[in-house]
Amino acid sequence: MDFNFTEEQEMVRDGLSRLVREQYDWETRRGAVESDAGWRPEIWAQLAELGILGMPFSEEDGGFGGGAVDAMIVMEEFGKGLVVEPFLPTVVCAGGFLKHAGTDAQKEEHIGGIVDGSRVYAFAYAEPRGRYDLADLQTTAKKDGDGYVLNGHKAVVVGAPWASHLVVTARTSGGQRDRDGVSVFVVANDAKGVVRRDYPTVDGRRASEVYFENVSVPTDALIGEEGGALPLVEQVADEAVAALCAEACGAMKVAHAMTVDYSRQRKQFGVPIGKFQVLQHRMVDMFTEYEQSVSMTYLATLKLDAPEKERKRTASAAKVRIGQAARFVGQEAIQIHGGMGMTDELAIGSYFKRLTILNSEFGDVDHHMKRHIKLA
Amino acid sequence: MNLEFTAEELAFRDEVRSFIEENYPKHLGDAGMREDMSPEDMVAWHKILGEKGWSVPSWPEQYGGTGWTPTQRYIWLEENARVNAFMPLPFGVSMVGPVIYTFGSEEQKERHLPGIRSGDVWWCQGYSEPGAGSDLASLKTTAVRDGDHYVINGQKTWTTLAQYADWGFFLCRTDPDAAKPQEGISFILIDMKTPGVEVRPIKLIDGGYEVNETWLTDVRVPVENLVGEENKGWTYAKFLLAHERSGIAGVARSKRAVEKLREIAGKELLDGEPLIEDLDFARKVSQLEIDLAALEITELRTLAGEQAGKGPGPESSILKIKGTEIQQRLTELTLEAVGNYGAPMYGQIEDAGSNQYPIGPDYAQHSAATYFNMRKTSIYGGSNEIQRNIITKMILGL
Repeated sequence: MDFNFTEEQEMVRDGLSRLVREQYDWETRRGAVESDAGWRPEIWAQLAELGILGMPFSEEDGGFGGGAVDAMIVMEEFGKGLVVEPFLPTVVCAGGFLKHAGTDAQKEEHIGGIVDGSRVYAFAYAEPRGRYDLADLQTTAKKDGDGYVLNGHKAVVVGAPWASHLVVTARTSGGQRDRDGVSVFVVANDAKGVVRRDYPTVDGRRASEVYFENVSVPTDALIGEEGGALPLVEQVADEAVAALCAEACGAMKVAHAMTVDYSRQRKQFGVPIGKFQVLQHRMVDMFTEYEQSVSMTYLATLKLDAPEKERKRTASAAKVRIGQAARFVGQEAIQIHGGMGMTDELAIGSYFKRLTILNSEFGDVDHHMKRHIKLA
Repeated sequence: MNLEFTAEELAFRDEVRSFIEENYPKHLGDAGMREDMSPEDMVAWHKILGEKGWSVPSWPEQYGGTGWTPTQRYIWLEENARVNAFMPLPFGVSMVGPVIYTFGSEEQKERHLPGIRSGDVWWCQGYSEPGAGSDLASLKTTAVRDGDHYVINGQKTWTTLAQYADWGFFLCRTDPDAAKPQEGISFILIDMKTPGVEVRPIKLIDGGYEVNETWLTDVRVPVENLVGEENKGWTYAKFLLAHERSGIAGVARSKRAVEKLREIAGKELLDGEPLIEDLDFARKVSQLEIDLAALEITELRTLAGEQAGKGPGPESSILKIKGTEIQQRLTELTLEAVGNYGAPMYGQIEDAGSNQYPIGPDYAQHSAATYFNMRKTSIYGGSNEIQRNIITKMILGL
């Protein structure tokens, strides 16, 4: 048993920590979030330079041979700075599909662009009526000569306005919620028939409603097995869950530190409010929630390679625990900041908002509790 | 003891119901707490009620109150909640109005009460300061007597909707040497157009601008704008806060919001079935209804006590704590119900009404913004921690 990071991992962590500290202060982030672009491609280029975007890929694929623990380290640092650049959809999700199921030709086609930062991906999995069920798909892909034709509507596709490519789940056969019949495709974002409606999200990112209107893709756009890709989608979603948990830990850590700091500075009744026991105990509870979340994030991350059932159950357990913790830490952070916590002037509101929305991504607490029960 | 309405009360209910149906401005629709309301819309119903004589039901009849019993007032709020009516703002009607008719001079009553009743004069509250929130008595804004004027200097904050206000009621320190901080405070009415009053908007986490910083620089206010006695302002402020608390439970509105939540959860699907049929979610909605039922009867007991001549006591802190917890939980469950469509920032999306592809169902719009916004309720009006302190001290005697 060893909970230490390797020397290399410590270096990655320090490098990212410095990048976030020096270039991602909250005011700068706000400027970027409110700009037309909504993100900073120059940060993306730096992440490529630092090797972050290539980290999880094997050396033979052009990456640096990292694993899930490395992704966890990256996401935790990103959580601390509320980084909006699309590491999760590009590297964790699209990268995950390619690593697990990409053909040599597909790896060749896509991974180089991810590693050098020239390609950005979004993962279009959710649908307007599907809630959090990855198999609940109305988007269809019909075999057509040498390829497929996609039709359907994907909901709240995070990062789609920035993406060069979309990874799309679609049904090649079967009924709306069947486990069989699910397939995965990579589609160029500017392909004919891809129609997007872009918008900002309440937590500082950009997303789109994406409509596929008779979008033709070649056969080699298919990643994994036609009609048999649900287990692959679930695996990548669990990896995304573990990454989100790590991001939540970073955000909770900072939200807690800001709250404790505020309670030291803010005086009422002649003393810092941090002297009031009722607030002290709540800040202790926030800290406890954070520590429990870190533990669950480690567990989920280290079990990503476990047998399927164990992996799924652990990922869901982590998402449940972190969802509950993120809610508590976010709400108490605002409450203890009082009126100031309600203003757009302090960073704490942005942490609260991210912790809120993060809770629903890739399934909320109830969704993962049900999954945990079913897998018992 | 019984909970039935009498025949007279039922007749009253029918009367107000048809009045509301006929007169509530249709264009306000299901406005409720909509973010994009114009100031005109916010006072539209108030003005109609002013003409009808129903804008200040709880005031004494001699000042324009309706003389309704607490049961009738309860029915009135229930009926308004049925259409999710945007009720008269509290700053005039339930805050400064009662202070003026209870402690103000005859001139002040004549001058200010008609405009509060009619909705023609917009009021705001100048209590909190950057350094005086929960510890309100530590406020530093000063009012110094200069002939027949006070000269006022200081900074107020969280002045709700002050950007539209004609008048404000302010707590100012008139005796810096008083033995206790509470003893040197006065309650002063300020015309917001007076030179030296500057209102600066504060942007909140939901993107809206409902509160402000209000800066007072050498603001000259005639001494006749002092309410009651100099240095007795704390007494009036406490009187007002107790009034604010009794209205803060928001039971009728929360009941309507539960119905709305059920509607939404009936449209959202989980595994192809309505979300409301999912036991996990249904349990949370029921829990909310159960808490709300308990709060409703608690509020009615408090109202009945008021009718029997007891003023709103420290028990009203229970109404504030539970009422705001329920309001917050409602917005949280609504956000939870809409799933992925909680994330879009609808307020920032242009051409929302155009023929572009829609973004999620109508009922999902602003669900996150409303959840964020309602975090304020456990902070304002005396934070819920302060309410617990009040109960600790006044009821438990600790």
